[in-house]
Amino acid sequence: MRAGRLGWAPYALLLPSLAYLAIFFAAPMLGAFGLAFQDGDGSWSLASIQRMLNDFNFMRALTTTLLLVILVLPVQLVLAMGMALVINARLKGAGLWLYIFALPLGISELAAGIVWVSIFTQTGWLNSILQTLGIIDRPIIWQSGESQWLLILLVVIAESWRATSIIMIILVAGLQSIPPEYLEAAEVYGATTWQKVRRVILPMLRPTLQVALILRTILAFQVFATVVALAGTGTVVLAQEARRWAVVIDNDNVAAAYAGLILLLSIASTLVFLWLLPTREEERQ
Amino acid sequence: MHTHTHTHSARWRWAGLVAALSLALAACTTASPTPGGGGASAGASAAASTDGTAGGPVVMLSTQLGPEEEQASMRDAILTGFDGEVEFVASADAGVIAEQIQAQGEAGEGDASLIGALHGEFSTFATEDYLIDLSDLATELADVGIDENFLELGRLGTDQQLYIPWMQATYIMAARTEALDYLPDGADVNDLTWEQLTEWGANISEGEGTRALGFPAGPDGLWHRWFQGYGYPAFTGGVNTTFGGDSAVEMWSWLTDTWQYVNPQSTTYSEMSTPLQSGEVWVAWDHTARLITALQDQPDDIIAFPTPAGPEGTAFMPVVAGLGIPTWAPNPEGAREVIRHLLLGETQAITLTEVAFFPVISGDLPSDLEPGVQAEQDAVAAQTARDDALPSLLPVGLGDQGNAYNQVFRDAFQAIVLDGNDPAAVLESQLANLQAVFDSSGAACWPPDPPSDGPCQAQ
Repeated sequence: MRAGRLGWAPYALLLPSLAYLAIFFAAPMLGAFGLAFQDGDGSWSLASIQRMLNDFNFMRALTTTLLLVILVLPVQLVLAMGMALVINARLKGAGLWLYIFALPLGISELAAGIVWVSIFTQTGWLNSILQTLGIIDRPIIWQSGESQWLLILLVVIAESWRATSIIMIILVAGLQSIPPEYLEAAEVYGATTWQKVRRVILPMLRPTLQVALILRTILAFQVFATVVALAGTGTVVLAQEARRWAVVIDNDNVAAAYAGLILLLSIASTLVFLWLLPTREEERQ
Repeated sequence: MHTHTHTHSARWRWAGLVAALSLALAACTTASPTPGGGGASAGASAAASTDGTAGGPVVMLSTQLGPEEEQASMRDAILTGFDGEVEFVASADAGVIAEQIQAQGEAGEGDASLIGALHGEFSTFATEDYLIDLSDLATELADVGIDENFLELGRLGTDQQLYIPWMQATYIMAARTEALDYLPDGADVNDLTWEQLTEWGANISEGEGTRALGFPAGPDGLWHRWFQGYGYPAFTGGVNTTFGGDSAVEMWSWLTDTWQYVNPQSTTYSEMSTPLQSGEVWVAWDHTARLITALQDQPDDIIAFPTPAGPEGTAFMPVVAGLGIPTWAPNPEGAREVIRHLLLGETQAITLTEVAFFPVISGDLPSDLEPGVQAEQDAVAAQTARDDALPSLLPVGLGDQGNAYNQVFRDAFQAIVLDGNDPAAVLESQLANLQAVFDSSGAACWPPDPPSDGPCQAQ
């Protein structure tokens, strides 16, 4: 009924962005997907996919990437929620906190990786401090190529520092859109802070959480520079492999297969979050 | 349900959010690390400013001097005496530049007037007929005394001078002086074997409790060259034709055994100067150009010495870089001028001091060499003059398969040494990848492997 009144206008207004998406996103994406299903000569085959699956680094890259996503997300979510609540509590100087929390957003992924290298390297800040305090006798080698778990832990720490604020900002936006009447009502009925968070804020934040989680997961599947800076050749992630096949080995087909895999994982995780955290509108349908 | 109740302070906070988000977006768009991106864009801008036939800046595409500091040295020191404008285009990822040259060659046109590359890369360009004959220039340059062996290399087996030798380098060892106390009994640092290096590492490990040996096994490190020019030839006498044999398994066993004395952070090292200077590593192997910072900055604490020997001899990899002019050069005369400048005794000396690539011309080096440069010069001379010297060339004729070739060695290292797989089994599976590189590039075997008719056969 509404659409009838507005006629063709909404569609015309949508057209430029649709055209933009089609030309600059959909077309290259389909092209890349097509590349993945071709061999070096351009004929259709599964050879590139097979080469990816059989590659020496494939399983390492896949498991490391999945591990990173699984480890980074909960840490960041909890941290971001805490930070967002601090900001939203409108304490004195809340604005200052916002800027401090948002600071890592202004730093590039690679620069953040390098900052953390200066902390974790053998002669870095962490070892210096621990040694000065007398906690360790000689430096611990954190960035050891022989310990996958340690390297993954370092990346989780660096990524948590670097990218928690993006979730926080989305959550702050969500928190500020919760009408204060709800919280006031909860207060009237004597709800504790924890009860307010658990029963009012979190349910109302659901759509926001969904957006934040989807965005962050997709970004986590693309993690690259932090890993390169901190782990060197000690561990690999999918994005690194995609780059390696494209730039170093110069095989665009296998690189496209990796890119396609990252895309599939991103879509799958998006669907999972849509299913896990249905928003009101979706529930009604 | 969305009743927005923005207070004044909330609105102010929103402005902050918007600012922070736009910062974040700016970071996203500017931060993506595109290796060689700088080089590519420099090339593109150069294309726009070159005016075709006469004059204009000489665009030089170089697979050498790619790291940022080396590029800066080239622009700010080596080329400053040149009377003319040179757009020096290089990248930390040499493959990117090789691809650009290849692309311009395939198109038959481009902005490059001068190519700086390694011997092996020129051999690929030569088979594609990308290079013009520079015999006249070689004759003209007779009095600067370019080494005849290098000139011969520059003819690439033809009767034409396809490139003019430019500079040479190699890989050597360096150590902090503290480490010398731990040398194995009776060992001479200038005449070591790889077995003695292990012992040396073990001694330091025992005395200091640290794993003090170091190799550049990080993403941008030249670790693969150790296998191709040092480890393999020293232990097996060859590289590609001895890739999977028993002596190769011995080399890998040696490395696996030695790795317990190697700093495990080696997988992050792109160059060994920094870890040597910080003391994370006491004994290291790397390219002369990548060790020079440490040797120059701390000449009293860090020494250079020749590479150790293996059962088959003192294998080392001489690196010869040259200068060639592509057939499509928009400014070939300007390019010749740049070549003349780069081969001046004075420029060669500056090149040595700045980037630790050694001269290819005869004539005395300046006697007042800086201590770090002098140390490298002595180590290189000692390494080359060994009775059992076994020079192993950089890959020849691999074309765009160069990185895939390197990857074979790096993957084998990951699988055998870091992941602890059985060497024989890993080498068996990597043989196929190695052969695929030769089959798709058509490269024949190069020294120290015996020459082959047709593509090299990996064994």
